[in-house]
Amino acid sequence: MYIGKVNISLKQSVLDPQGNTVMKSLHDLGENSVADVRIGKYVEVSLNSNDKESALRDLDRLCKNLLVNQVIETYQIQVEKVD
Amino acid sequence: MKTGVIVFPGSNCDKDIAYILKQYYKHTVDFIWHKNSIDKDYDLIVIPGGFSYGDYLRCGAIAKFSNAMKSLKSHVEKGRKVLGICNGFQILTEANLLPGTLMRNKNLKHICKTVYIKKGSLSNPLTHSFEEDEVLEIPISHSDGNYYAEKDSIKELEDNGQILFKYAFENPNGSIDDIAGITSKDFKIIGLMPHPERAMEDWSGSKDGKKIFDNLFTN
Repeated sequence: MYIGKVNISLKQSVLDPQGNTVMKSLHDLGENSVADVRIGKYVEVSLNSNDKESALRDLDRLCKNLLVNQVIETYQIQVEKVD
Repeated sequence: MKTGVIVFPGSNCDKDIAYILKQYYKHTVDFIWHKNSIDKDYDLIVIPGGFSYGDYLRCGAIAKFSNAMKSLKSHVEKGRKVLGICNGFQILTEANLLPGTLMRNKNLKHICKTVYIKKGSLSNPLTHSFEEDEVLEIPISHSDGNYYAEKDSIKELEDNGQILFKYAFENPNGSIDDIAGITSKDFKIIGLMPHPERAMEDWSGSKDGKKIFDNLFTN
């Protein structure tokens, strides 16, 4: 069994109003070191794949087919073996 | 005209549009449950507004895998018409039947109010009866109506006359180029965020929805 972890974020070219609002709020709190905030999604998928390579391949397919809207989003994936 | 209205768990404008099509345009209307395939020849398939599958993951993302949507492909290949309103528009973009996507509104809020729209591309045949500066009063009700597409896609939409409507005076949701609705290249697939079916009767405030449907269903 593998755990697939997917981090989905808006492309840099796409405006993130939620991230902007949070950034302004952090500035209001005096957190002046904050230069930018981007808010994304995190998805965890348990996979019955045979090996790490096929787990990564399966997870990438899931992302392209459903989890990610590639018009506006990018994603990073990783898999971990679990017992 | 024979029309099928696809119904998903969470659709809530299906009965409204069916009523309008029967009452004003004498369509025979069947409801098609999302689990079933489109098994008859319809002239028009409507994907109504609502919150299909609770808008889980992204609006329209789950709906595109339903049997009804899978079978929509052959309806489209036959050159038949498809109309997606609000959630229907979101589903059509997720299913790649229309380009781009509908993002969260710029102000992050659900907006439910009457807005003003005007025709988009002047060459789009589905709005040909409207004057260039004619403004229509139509309600919107959505959280994700902020239309976005890459610059190249927007240029293509413009060059091909695919922009159906633009918001007038005020852009409520941050939509790129004020886009409120688009069509496919062959003008057979139509997606729009505003709800013309909510602007048809004396009591509904505006009756401009009828002007839109008169164009869509007679061209």
